[in-house]
Amino acid sequence: MAGVVATIAREPKSLAGRIAKDMIISGIIVFLLGSQLIGIETIDDPKGLRFITRYDDVLAAALAVALGRAGLQMLRAGMAKPVLIGSLAFAVAVIGSTLIGGERDLSLLPFDNKIVDWVFGLTAVVFAIRAAVVHGRGSASAHRRGAVMDKISAQTQRFSPYAAGLMILLAVLLPVLFPERRIVDMGILVLTYCMLGWGLNVVVGLAGLLDLGFVAFYAVGAYSYALFAHYFDWSFWACLPLAGAMSAFFGLVLGFPVLRLRGDYLAIVTLGFGEMIRVILINWWWFTGGPDGIRDIPRPSFLGLPFERESPDGSATFHSVVSPILDSMFGIELEFAPLHRIVYLYYIILVLSMVVCVFTLRLRRLPIGRAWEALREDETACRALGINPRNTKLTAFAIGAMIGGFGGAFFATRQGFISPESFSFIESAVILAIVVLGGLGSQLGVVLSSTLLIGLPEVFRELADFRMIAFGAGMVLIMIWRPRGLLAHRDPTVLLHGKAGLKRSNRAMASEGSG
Amino acid sequence: MSAALSAATPNRVPAESSPSALLSVEHLTMRFGGLVAINDVSFVAAQRQITGIIGPNGAGKTTVFNCLTGFYKPTVGRLMLHHPARPMLLEQMEGFRIAKDAGIARTFQNIRLFPAMSVLENLVVAQHNRLMRASGYSLFGILGLKRYRVAEDEAVAKARRWLDKIDLVPRADEPAGSLPYGAQRRLEIARAMCIDPVLLCLDEPAAGLNPKESGELNELLMSIRDEENTAVLLIEHDMSVVMKISDHIVVLDYGRKIAEGSPDAVRADPNVIRAYLGEEEDEDLPDIVKQDIPEVLS
Repeated sequence: MAGVVATIAREPKSLAGRIAKDMIISGIIVFLLGSQLIGIETIDDPKGLRFITRYDDVLAAALAVALGRAGLQMLRAGMAKPVLIGSLAFAVAVIGSTLIGGERDLSLLPFDNKIVDWVFGLTAVVFAIRAAVVHGRGSASAHRRGAVMDKISAQTQRFSPYAAGLMILLAVLLPVLFPERRIVDMGILVLTYCMLGWGLNVVVGLAGLLDLGFVAFYAVGAYSYALFAHYFDWSFWACLPLAGAMSAFFGLVLGFPVLRLRGDYLAIVTLGFGEMIRVILINWWWFTGGPDGIRDIPRPSFLGLPFERESPDGSATFHSVVSPILDSMFGIELEFAPLHRIVYLYYIILVLSMVVCVFTLRLRRLPIGRAWEALREDETACRALGINPRNTKLTAFAIGAMIGGFGGAFFATRQGFISPESFSFIESAVILAIVVLGGLGSQLGVVLSSTLLIGLPEVFRELADFRMIAFGAGMVLIMIWRPRGLLAHRDPTVLLHGKAGLKRSNRAMASEGSG
Repeated sequence: MSAALSAATPNRVPAESSPSALLSVEHLTMRFGGLVAINDVSFVAAQRQITGIIGPNGAGKTTVFNCLTGFYKPTVGRLMLHHPARPMLLEQMEGFRIAKDAGIARTFQNIRLFPAMSVLENLVVAQHNRLMRASGYSLFGILGLKRYRVAEDEAVAKARRWLDKIDLVPRADEPAGSLPYGAQRRLEIARAMCIDPVLLCLDEPAAGLNPKESGELNELLMSIRDEENTAVLLIEHDMSVVMKISDHIVVLDYGRKIAEGSPDAVRADPNVIRAYLGEEEDEDLPDIVKQDIPEVLS
């Protein structure tokens, strides 16, 4: 016995021997632990409890740990490149084959459980990232990497007019290129969050007021429209400005008491306000419908024409009016399709979000926008320059809330049914994550991150809960590598030397590492 | 000497303010709980003059500034500004209105720029209130009307004039935080001047500057006094700045005014010497030291 222990304890000479020993020992440990924890599953049978064994899963776990140890040892030995290439190739092969396989099991790995395939694939991705970090640390310092990233975001900013043009063109053509309900629906969702992100960006990115209760204004907008429609039968287009005004008013009311608070304290109070609105909506049941919500919210009409096959009273519908016109002018037969309404909704939110984008871009270049940024930088200095901090903050709250209200009204008309459940804290968190991930104050960053955070989870919906893990992992990685967001770059709002000045400004920021 | 001696009686309220008085501080007292930071201080800052406020550390100089600029509400006292438009009582005004309506600008002991914003933006932000009116409280600005664009061009032109004065034109588009320390000090003064103040309050503008930089600062301050029709109130430790450019000096110690007068008068004042160098015990000091004392203060 003592001899065996001594043999195991002796350090092997060669690297390969060391790695092999590490793999075997960790594999055995996982096998011993896993044979109890993973290997036996209790099944609740009608006849009573019974056990089944899952040896293949135990083997998979042991193998995964052994491979991981090998990778770690190689990383420690300074072999970052082979690990990076190997794990990337492995990840691509496994995830690719699993994705292509779809329902059939085409995976390269011999397991009949798809989730295990995914775990292997994603582990390899994590390994590749780690190897990349080690590799990067060897070749470039963190400071240099930061400077390079800053340069990239400055370049992105420079090309953003073209990128934005291309994106808008793509967005306009999306329903034509992909006339599928699933894709157009996703487009609507991404655009809604873009708009909310731009709204919150005014409050958090420009004015620097950390607002964790943005969903309150979203809820106020949605309920304003739903209630006006419910009690007065007002149309969507009449209620849209009203919903914005109501939300802006609530922004003022909620903003007023928190004027003196900053940072964490402000975040906590706004969080509370977000919850208060939700709780009020639940408990004011005779007015808001309580937890049952409001149903049958009218859909938006096109110049007064509803999107229905036949209207109940026989009056004109979109289809009955437009299809003869198209027929006579272009000879195109337009069949009635439910998709028309979805596409119409898509274009509404596209126009709304574009208006919001231009509006917020312009605001930033106006004195009020500069005052917001100055307030974020130093409130005391602002007061010493005669800027009214109270009014400036309240305008930021009101304008952010107004945009949230527009988003809410659109949400209500799209869903046709709203209940307080739709306005939980997680919504605020997601919108805030979009703003922070994109880079505080960056318009393009919001588009990028809402595509990443809203679009990708929708695409990978079949992964169920695992996508939330990926979401969290992504956020952690961004916070490590790019704590100020993907496209954190600020261009001055007014230049003395034109383009040359912009270049100098970018260089100064990159050298300082604060771009 | 007689002027200095009469002013050294701390409780004397300035007689009915002379026509050239811009700011009269009367019986200013500021208590924080049991601590009396300023005790019954009265003085007058005249138009088109640089008034220096000096005193050892903890004498209450910055507290006087904070009372003047609305950051503190004085416990007792009257702060009367003889503004060209109408006389104003500063102690009754909201903080930001003192800059906006009364036209009192200030700088800070620890520089407070907007570091992420460009140098030019720092100067344009200072013209916020005029630009807000021109942009129709953002309404005309959103619509891109010409009226606002003209106003913005004017604001940039004014900023440029100040950038010329402080030698920062080439770096106008860089972030203010990336400037060297001395340039940040000058920029903060230029930013304060961009609100068109009648009174500029500078809290230790020469702190941390090298002799060449503080020489440039002297010239900048004198040009502000002579060309901009702005009175200057100056807190400073650097005696080479205060004694050279001040027209009038107020000396504080432990929250009390111990002397007031021209630089020469203050330099020779026994109260001041005692405050700076400790109790003067004439008999014990060799003559050679006594001769040196005024020089230490110069």
